[in-house]
Amino acid sequence: MPAIEVRQLERSFAGGVKAVQGIDLEVAEGEIYAFLGPNGAGKTTTVRMLTTLLKPTAGAATVAGFDVVKQPGDVRRAIGVALQEAALDPLMTGRELMQLQATLHGIPKADAVRRGDALIERVGLTNAADRRVGTYSGGMRRRLDLGTALVHEPTVLFLDEPTTGLDPASRGAIWEEVRKLNSEGTTVFLTTQYLEEADQLADRVGIIDDGLMAAEGTPRQLKAQVGKPRLELSLAEGTHDACEKVLGRFGEPLPPKDGVVVVALEEGAAGIAPIIRALDEAGIVVHDLHLVEPSLDDVFLEKTGRHLEGADTDEQPAPEPEPA
Amino acid sequence: MIQNARVVAALSMRSLRQAFRRPQFLMPIIVFPSLFLTVNVGGAGRATDIPAFPDVAGFLDFELAGAIVQSTMLSAVSGGIALALDIESGFMDRLIAAPIPRTAIVVGRLATTAVMGVIAGVWFVSIGLIFGAEIQGGVPGALLVIVFAAATAAAWGGFGAALALRSGTVSVVQGIFPIVFVIIFLSSAFFPANLLLEPAKSISDWNPMSFIAEGIRDPIVSSISAEPVLEAVAAIAGVMALGALLSIWGLRKRLAT
Repeated sequence: MPAIEVRQLERSFAGGVKAVQGIDLEVAEGEIYAFLGPNGAGKTTTVRMLTTLLKPTAGAATVAGFDVVKQPGDVRRAIGVALQEAALDPLMTGRELMQLQATLHGIPKADAVRRGDALIERVGLTNAADRRVGTYSGGMRRRLDLGTALVHEPTVLFLDEPTTGLDPASRGAIWEEVRKLNSEGTTVFLTTQYLEEADQLADRVGIIDDGLMAAEGTPRQLKAQVGKPRLELSLAEGTHDACEKVLGRFGEPLPPKDGVVVVALEEGAAGIAPIIRALDEAGIVVHDLHLVEPSLDDVFLEKTGRHLEGADTDEQPAPEPEPA
Repeated sequence: MIQNARVVAALSMRSLRQAFRRPQFLMPIIVFPSLFLTVNVGGAGRATDIPAFPDVAGFLDFELAGAIVQSTMLSAVSGGIALALDIESGFMDRLIAAPIPRTAIVVGRLATTAVMGVIAGVWFVSIGLIFGAEIQGGVPGALLVIVFAAATAAAWGGFGAALALRSGTVSVVQGIFPIVFVIIFLSSAFFPANLLLEPAKSISDWNPMSFIAEGIRDPIVSSISAEPVLEAVAAIAGVMALGALLSIWGLRKRLAT
């Protein structure tokens, strides 16, 4: 039985806006599935339907074997949810929030205290547990949010853009925890607009654009669909034409990019050495060279005709200082 | 059942902490009606000399009921604002995603509003006693005033919750402050109904707030009498029923969006 099964799921809003236009997907038990897409693609609407926060307009979905429309209570008992923009009460302390979450899930008080303390330690907030959440940094809030989502030991965990706006260190801490949870058997469904996040974490990736599934597969499968690795060469002035002539013998020449000559490598990285030898024999000076593997952004470009937002900027948000 | 009670208690406790940790939730309930009471009693203390003014021991005794109902209505608005804040911040989603009865979210909030009513009742009874008012109904009278204050706050709290659930925005709930004052001043809360001019008098005669205010006033200015007390109970029950219906409707609409 798949952990998540979605068939022709649709959601329309007032004014006829179709946020999700009939998507199909399946997530196996114990898998990390990344739902990748730009802002407004339909990622959050899909998560809200799968977590019973929003009723679908059409189609069907089951989570942990329960129908999201007909058995919402069972779904809620089985899942953990950490929503976009960690929805935490800034006036509560981390420990109070953990206890409240445990009570909401019907955990007896003694267990709630024990589990809450263990989770606070697990997400690295022991020293800040009795401080109000309003004093936490963005990374600390996300870690607390993740911790509260785990208090009832869910079988399926939904993370809606868990690292958006976090600095690289905080992002790394969340990734590590997600991997750890997954290794313990938790199925993880995460939405992201970061290519690197999907690439690093996911067993499989679904690309959504404009409410439709554009592609689905493992990161390797998806990249293989869009072509071969390419070599980018920075050359001495006046040698571009000669260089392109030489490169033509090794692979398909691609349009130059910012003065850099690009060639697709038919045989992958193994094709680099003969190219360097040929260029050397032709007396062409190479200042710099890069082997570029196809990225999920290339996949996104291939499937949707445009780049994913932020892909060219390496998706690094401004670092967020941790409060003292 | 026990689990549902635990959830309501936990949500109510969280709302109470919120009220005590955010002064802007608590202050309007206590400070504003206290100032209003001070200005009213200090400035219009000789109102009791007006012919046909009810026979009371002092103007403060008469005005305490007004201050209490004002405080309970402001509690109701504050509760609505806090709920709208939860919706705006996404905290409501955390509650909706949990396996709890949806009504517990509203009941937990109203339970807190009732506690705020108790606080208001205790505060104004204490203030009254300190500054010379006499609770003619004695300890039972004082307790009745506090119970009425709690029930009134919860009853009007249903309207605040309904507005918060339907609009989902703090500014809309804040926008009902003027209506609160219209309801209070078109009642006998601060001034005897028999001295009001038309059409205020006719409106006051039908305004449930008048019955509630008289029910709270009766144990203070006389003894506990059946008629005003029962009329107050009926008015509170009516307001509570309508508030509950509206908040359930608001909750359904919110969950359907």
